[in-house]
Amino acid sequence: MMQRLTRALVGATALTALSLTPALAETPEAVLDTYADIALAGYQDSLITAQALDAAIDALIANPSEATLNAARSAWIAARVPYQQTEVYRFGNAIVDDWEGRVNAWPLDEGLIDYVDGSYGVESDENALYTVNVIANASLVVNGETIDTSAITPMLLSDTLHEAEEVEANVATGYHAIEFLLWGQDLNGTSAGAGSRPATDFDTANCTGGNCDRRAEYLKASSELLLTDLEEMVANWEDGGDAREALTADATEGLAIILTGMGSLSYGELAGERMKLGLLLHDPEEEHDCFADNTHNSHYFNALGIRNVYTGHYRRIDGTVVTGPGIDTLVAAADISVDSELKDALETTIAAMSVMKARAESIEAYDQMIGEGNDAGNAVVQAAIDALIAQTRPIERAVATLELDAIAFEGSDSLDNPDAVFQ
Amino acid sequence: MPISFRDKKSTLFRSFPMRRKSILFGTLFTVALLGLALSRAETGPVPDLVARDDLTAADLERVLTVTAPTTDFTKPEPFERMSAGAATSRERINSNTFSHPSANISFEGRQDFLIGNGLFKKVWVSSPSSTQASDGLGPLFNARSCQRCHLKDGRGHPPDGPDDLATSMFLRLSVPPRTAEEERALAERITLRIPEPVYGGQLQDVAVPGIPAEGRMTITYEETAVALNGGETVMLRRPTYSVDDLGYGPLDPDVMLSPRVAPQMIGLGLLEAIHPADILANADPDDLDGDGISGKPSWVRDPETGDLVLGRFGWKASNPTVHTQTAGAFNGDIGISNPGAPDPHGDCTEGQPACREMPTGVQERLGDTEAPDPILDLVVFYSRNLAVPARRDVDDPDVLHGKELFYDTGCAACHRPKFVTSREAQDPELRFQLIWPYTDMLLHDMGEGLADNRPVGDASGTEWRTAPLWGIGLTETVNGHTFFLHDGRARNLLEAILWHGGEAQTARDTVVAMTPDERAALIRFLESL
Repeated sequence: MMQRLTRALVGATALTALSLTPALAETPEAVLDTYADIALAGYQDSLITAQALDAAIDALIANPSEATLNAARSAWIAARVPYQQTEVYRFGNAIVDDWEGRVNAWPLDEGLIDYVDGSYGVESDENALYTVNVIANASLVVNGETIDTSAITPMLLSDTLHEAEEVEANVATGYHAIEFLLWGQDLNGTSAGAGSRPATDFDTANCTGGNCDRRAEYLKASSELLLTDLEEMVANWEDGGDAREALTADATEGLAIILTGMGSLSYGELAGERMKLGLLLHDPEEEHDCFADNTHNSHYFNALGIRNVYTGHYRRIDGTVVTGPGIDTLVAAADISVDSELKDALETTIAAMSVMKARAESIEAYDQMIGEGNDAGNAVVQAAIDALIAQTRPIERAVATLELDAIAFEGSDSLDNPDAVFQ
Repeated sequence: MPISFRDKKSTLFRSFPMRRKSILFGTLFTVALLGLALSRAETGPVPDLVARDDLTAADLERVLTVTAPTTDFTKPEPFERMSAGAATSRERINSNTFSHPSANISFEGRQDFLIGNGLFKKVWVSSPSSTQASDGLGPLFNARSCQRCHLKDGRGHPPDGPDDLATSMFLRLSVPPRTAEEERALAERITLRIPEPVYGGQLQDVAVPGIPAEGRMTITYEETAVALNGGETVMLRRPTYSVDDLGYGPLDPDVMLSPRVAPQMIGLGLLEAIHPADILANADPDDLDGDGISGKPSWVRDPETGDLVLGRFGWKASNPTVHTQTAGAFNGDIGISNPGAPDPHGDCTEGQPACREMPTGVQERLGDTEAPDPILDLVVFYSRNLAVPARRDVDDPDVLHGKELFYDTGCAACHRPKFVTSREAQDPELRFQLIWPYTDMLLHDMGEGLADNRPVGDASGTEWRTAPLWGIGLTETVNGHTFFLHDGRARNLLEAILWHGGEAQTARDTVVAMTPDERAALIRFLESL
């Protein structure tokens, strides 16, 4: 109760600051509604494109050919466009973060799922399931227990295999498991080329790679699971859904979530773990969409998603626009210079990401760009990293401008509050 | 490509090169004078260890007030839910609960944390490999990544059975000193133990292709019954350890084995940020106050300065900082050399020449170790900033009753509830936080039942550092098991309590004599941590 009260007081302070400015300022509630509406549209689009992917997978399994395989790959790449724009919701929205590991976990030990190249190694120390190859084995041992894997079902993947033995690299579900099944390993290192699985890997009449029926079964099960998971997240953002309710329970805290989510994805997750680490090690194993060589899009649409939530503007896959008052209106009302600085920084990032995306589509793939000795490629990736880092400074200023610091970065300090922090 | 050996004499003393001169010029006389155990007086008081030099008088007063043990168990204390102060994680409780950064971390800190996380999960490969920045594994190793043993940043466990490869524990190895020089090295804390002459400081159960692994740890358990007041009987399993499939000949007949599970990773930076004066204030190595509880500091050498400083990390508090702990684990457990532990052959000894001739992952253009800067620093930063989750149910009457029993039974004498961290801690997020780790960071005699009979530095064969209890109630949520103590022999919290002996014998006997409801309340309290 006191927690709420404290936050309400901080919120009141923020509102007081806002009320000193001209009357055009939107209310925090309206801003949160826009943010939640964009989340709903983004997850709906993710679901729609995942349904198209599922249909393409059905066609591939019914009639395996280069054409149906390529159609499924195209559907996967299209499905990543809206999904990557939703990732900014992961940070701050605990419901999303809790769920995300099932859908977008990465990197994965592909040897858990299917055959791998001999150079992958067979040592079982790191991960007892490192080369267990579910597709080739009708039973396997997890944590010393024999598991019947004769039928590959969504439940087997989600409840038994995913993060089996607590190893996070045991990714059995989600976009990247499907990606691996559609492309296969990328054995080209930091040279040109993505994974090149043949369509006959799914052809029971003319099977390559062995166990084509089980490979198809795995692919279909993982696709069905993705649909179930996305349906769950769509429901979370509908009116009365858990994520929307949690966000809007406290307007001030909700505003802090928007900005800290933007900053956390920009600086830590994207610039850090997904980009800088790979560049530091020049290691394509650290590439995000590594089988499909789709990493440039994955990063680009992450950056777009950050801008979407700031400006309250999202272009859906059908071209229609979901828009409403963004948190930019509150920042602008409080301090127009902070707003324009932040907008400029977001545009600079989009521009740097566009250069990286264009290079990937014309000159060399992302895994080549991070290769050792590729100074020009390294510089393009570094420029995107630098822009992401640069945009967190005005995000921090926006947090301060809206007087959200106490909630975003510290606990509150009321002595009677069990959540309080001694300071 | 084979590389030339480093200074061959340095194997034993490689972490402490600055002290080598004193070994060479020391005399038997000084050994006799020092004996094998250093007392505090002989270390020479280091000024910043004796008082909270980081605080104003007013702050000190506030700290003393807030850290005084509570006497009111009718309601939670202020700030009690936030086990790690402002760094406490309030994320949802699930299997990722131990994997969040300090809640008050900056965006910039979050980046370093997440890069560190990527490196913590990174699978290292054997040399030579096409990804040269990622090779250097072994040649001998226990795991290919940090995360493989520190599963979900939580607690490891012993093997479920002979077929379970998914272990997250290993055996440390050492032998008693045999020469005057070795005795002097121990006495002066140049080293804390003498490695097994062939197998080195720990048993690596895996090796890269081309050389044999060192062997396989085996455990047999013997069950004994403990009768509790109220009619309940608890079975305790007493482990015996040995090594099968030895790859490099017989072990030294005097070898001492000490099993160690991977400890949980949360809150380490905050434990590092506890001011030494607050730890030493509780020390009573000779039990001068006669309460049966000693509390002995572990004095170790800072590898950079050579000064004697407090050991804090590891089951026997052998490492002074997260940095030294991490550097040692990178090298000993994975075989990855780094600026803090630069031998690229890891724990391969001169007695394993084939191992020392294996190629390494050092690439001169990248740095002079397999994990050159900033890799080690990023993993250290990550390890310092894994957040402690907020407590649950702090106001539950059973939890509060259990808390009262915890205090009355004397548990809080060693599992010290509260500290306020130093204002001069390395990371700003960790400074001046009221934290609730439930440890005094000191060594205590835990009796013959828990003894490994393998001394390390100040820690005798029966002494262990008080384990922090924060987060202990989430072990099952994070790791799916409730195996506790240094070798995971306890299968739940009650068994862990019942293993306590030595200085904790009285407290343990009190728990045995409790009514079943009281014991249940005590466990409820622990589960709320």
